[in-house]
Amino acid sequence: MLLKVTDLAVYYPVYQGAVLKKKIAEVKAVDGVSFRIEEGKTLGLVGESGCGKTTTGRAVLRLEKPTAGEVLFSGEDISRCDNSQLRRLRRRMQIVFQDPMGSLDPRMTARDIIGEPLRIHGSTTNKGEYRDETDHLLEIVGLHPGMGERYPHEFSGGQRQRIGIARALSLRPHLIVCDEPVSALDVSIQAQIINLLEGLQERFHLTYLFIAHDLSVVRHISDHVAVMYLGNIVEIADRHTIYRRPLHPYTHALLSAVPIPDPVLESNREHLVIEGEVPGPLNPPSGCKFHPRCPRVEERCRTERPAMRGVSDGDHQVACHLVD
Amino acid sequence: MAGLLEVRNLSTHFSTKEGLIRAVEDVSFDLDAGETLGLVGESGCGKSVSAMSLMRLIPNPPGKIVNGEIVFEGRDLLKLGDEEIRHIRGNRMAMIFQEPMTSFNPVMTIGRQVAEPLEIHRNMTRNKAWTICADLLRRVRIPEAGKRLQSYPHQFSGGMRQRAMIAMALACTPRLIIADEPTTALDVTIQAQLLELMKQLTRDAGTALILITHNLGIVARYADRVNVMYAGRIVEKATVRALYADPRHPYTVGLMASIPRLDQDVKRKLRPIPGQPPDLLHPPSGCAFHPRCRNRIPVCEIHRPALEKASDGHEVACWNPVREAPPCC
Amino acid sequence: MTMDEETVSSDIRQAGDSEKEPAPPEFETGRREPRRSLRTGIRPILYAILHHKTACMGILIILLLTVMALFAPWLAPHDPNEQDLYHVLESPSRRHLLGTDDVGRDLLSRVLFGARVSLFVGLSSTVFSALIGIFIGLVAGYKGGAIDMLTMRITDTFMCIPGLIFLLVLAAALGPGVHNIIIAIAALGWTGFARITRGQVLSLRQLPFVEAAHAAGASGWRIMFRHLLPNAMAPIIVAASITVGGAIMLESAAAFLGLGVQPPTPSWGEALRVGYSYLEIVPLFSIVPGLMITLAVLAFNFLGDGLRDALDPRLRGEAQKIV
Repeated sequence: MLLKVTDLAVYYPVYQGAVLKKKIAEVKAVDGVSFRIEEGKTLGLVGESGCGKTTTGRAVLRLEKPTAGEVLFSGEDISRCDNSQLRRLRRRMQIVFQDPMGSLDPRMTARDIIGEPLRIHGSTTNKGEYRDETDHLLEIVGLHPGMGERYPHEFSGGQRQRIGIARALSLRPHLIVCDEPVSALDVSIQAQIINLLEGLQERFHLTYLFIAHDLSVVRHISDHVAVMYLGNIVEIADRHTIYRRPLHPYTHALLSAVPIPDPVLESNREHLVIEGEVPGPLNPPSGCKFHPRCPRVEERCRTERPAMRGVSDGDHQVACHLVD
Repeated sequence: MAGLLEVRNLSTHFSTKEGLIRAVEDVSFDLDAGETLGLVGESGCGKSVSAMSLMRLIPNPPGKIVNGEIVFEGRDLLKLGDEEIRHIRGNRMAMIFQEPMTSFNPVMTIGRQVAEPLEIHRNMTRNKAWTICADLLRRVRIPEAGKRLQSYPHQFSGGMRQRAMIAMALACTPRLIIADEPTTALDVTIQAQLLELMKQLTRDAGTALILITHNLGIVARYADRVNVMYAGRIVEKATVRALYADPRHPYTVGLMASIPRLDQDVKRKLRPIPGQPPDLLHPPSGCAFHPRCRNRIPVCEIHRPALEKASDGHEVACWNPVREAPPCC
Repeated sequence: MTMDEETVSSDIRQAGDSEKEPAPPEFETGRREPRRSLRTGIRPILYAILHHKTACMGILIILLLTVMALFAPWLAPHDPNEQDLYHVLESPSRRHLLGTDDVGRDLLSRVLFGARVSLFVGLSSTVFSALIGIFIGLVAGYKGGAIDMLTMRITDTFMCIPGLIFLLVLAAALGPGVHNIIIAIAALGWTGFARITRGQVLSLRQLPFVEAAHAAGASGWRIMFRHLLPNAMAPIIVAASITVGGAIMLESAAAFLGLGVQPPTPSWGEALRVGYSYLEIVPLFSIVPGLMITLAVLAFNFLGDGLRDALDPRLRGEAQKIV
């Protein structure tokens, strides 16, 4: 088990006052999340805005400080280690960002952007080695080494994303958190990047935590899928089960809302539309957070928060009172 | 019923300091009353510019509608004067934009903005318009509609703002609504809500809808007919069933093969379209898609194919169209 | 109309990549290489500046003054300190093209040598205040919290003190001389740089590429100097240019009041002081140095304008391509 997350929580305090700050509330961005990822596999984390998936991904890398919970990476607890340990661990886990332009320093060449982690950690000893290594990285992601001297604004969106991926690969990490890596790209470029990520996973035996809001993409690339709502995971299952046998009402609604490019299928399909919007994070609903919008809500759901329970084969877990 | 909209050879060009961009070139299509037409393509294909051209919202400079006819309700919009076209905008033809954040004036209440088309086109007083607005907001399922008229845009969520925009578009019961990527910036469940709402409202009122999107799933669910655009031109036209069952243009086929489908059980490798979208400043010779095309033959580089009938109601612009259904379906 | 521009600019953005495709080799993309000269680095900025009329004027004047300053020993007809008590307070003549001062020194020569002082003081004090201000701004903006609050309050306090008075007090306290006046002016000017840098850092540090550096294990110092500073340079450069003009003014003001640069070292401010006493007799004495000061300040301001226009739209042009 490469990554094991238990009861992860990230709370942001809301202060009032300028000098003597008083905490008046808490935003529970991530409110008790548990999952595991096996080496070489991909876990897709999917959900709508405000569900906490991005914060979860960043907390796993310690880009956010977890308020509670445990993040075990190869057996070591990331959430509590100090800076020097963190530096060492950062070599083995990396991140690919959503925004292809914003994630690259506009004043650095592609080669320097990719090679920066190498320079920070002193992985290459001389200029020749540095050049060879960065050339190699450029080639791995499908870019010509001659393009290494260009600046980010000279590349297209898809190419910039490749540079970001090359940078994440430079230290040969074991785990890569992909935070919406294709959302900002054109449809025909998305496929190129998705294929690239899959190819790299096979080639380097990488483990992915793939965060996205597009269910089709997530289902395609992941081995397992976790659905999040307002800071909690409501259902986890393998990619087949999550589509064929979803149990949580929110998962149902989410799947139903995704249009499939097949008009015959669509006209025969149930279009379940749930009303309302995701409530603001400051005052989450009591009990099960989904209950105000749930078409099958019962009395128990309003008062008691459901726990994550294994279903049938154990690989499939749901947090819902109606599933017992 | 006679065609509501007939577009013939529409061309819109932009003169930039780097050269001439032929954003929309020789676009022709029809739309019947009550029909939903999907306009599909990636960024830069000209779908948004086409929509703007229909409403004559192209900024001049640098853009200009250089050719064509837009016959709406029997009149050529391109021949109308400014006063006349203003009478049509928001009244007979309305538009819903992509960005709900910036499409509303932040210092005016929602009620005032939704009422604006009524004040302009129906000469209504504020009070009378107000009642109608409350009703409109109710129709788009904004809770506490009456009270909400007094709210400001920043007090609405993205989804609610978009509903208000739909309400504004419907205010004067237009015959045609153009929705330009109306749900791209929104969550998937909100997207479903809004699109269902739009479908229901347009069906009830018999309004035609031009739905502009890059999402092939949305088109499959909501459109009656589809135009696929690439590099400023329409490359394929068909009914929605025909397009998905039997796509002919290699670009359409390539697009469908490159998107992951939610219902794909077996892990299939995506087949991306190689290369990059075309540079409209220096488009490729002949067929604009030829550098990326798997069905390329020598003539594609030299002559541009025109739209030709492939079967009933199905037109393709290709010298070597795909003959059989691709394996992914 | 934003939407059209977005559509249009995204098309332009797609131009010119020769990406190595993971596709069968028979597909060439038929792509043209971008015209690199107009796309990378310094060239577009230089191009923009050289086409900006006022900036060019400014650059010309600065070049002129630099030539004056550098070649003063060869250009000046007389030794600026040579006194000729037989020809005191004379009007312009063939020997003394601009006349003489109260101890017979040639005004033209003094003005030419005065350029040296003005430019030297102006530039070096700006450099110092920039160094101090940038460092403070970087740390304050990046660290945030208590450090930020503390430094900003200090900065605000400094900014509250009336500039000229502060300068004079400092100059008087430090004593006469070129180096002291440089210190005094620098002690005034750093606040502007600190504010600008801090502002830039605040908006930049949210950007994903800073986070990416974090994720790669970069230290705070590396992020500050390697990532934040280079991206914050544009407004700093503009401010620096204008600050030089201000510094020249301040030096002249101090010299006018007898502080800073001391006679017999020639200085425009000092020449003004003399001229002030003899305004009716030799008005040229006030006009010429005054004109020189004005020209110098204007020139640096013009350059600043040109730099601002050259740097901003370019950045905006790139930002549009992001969309």
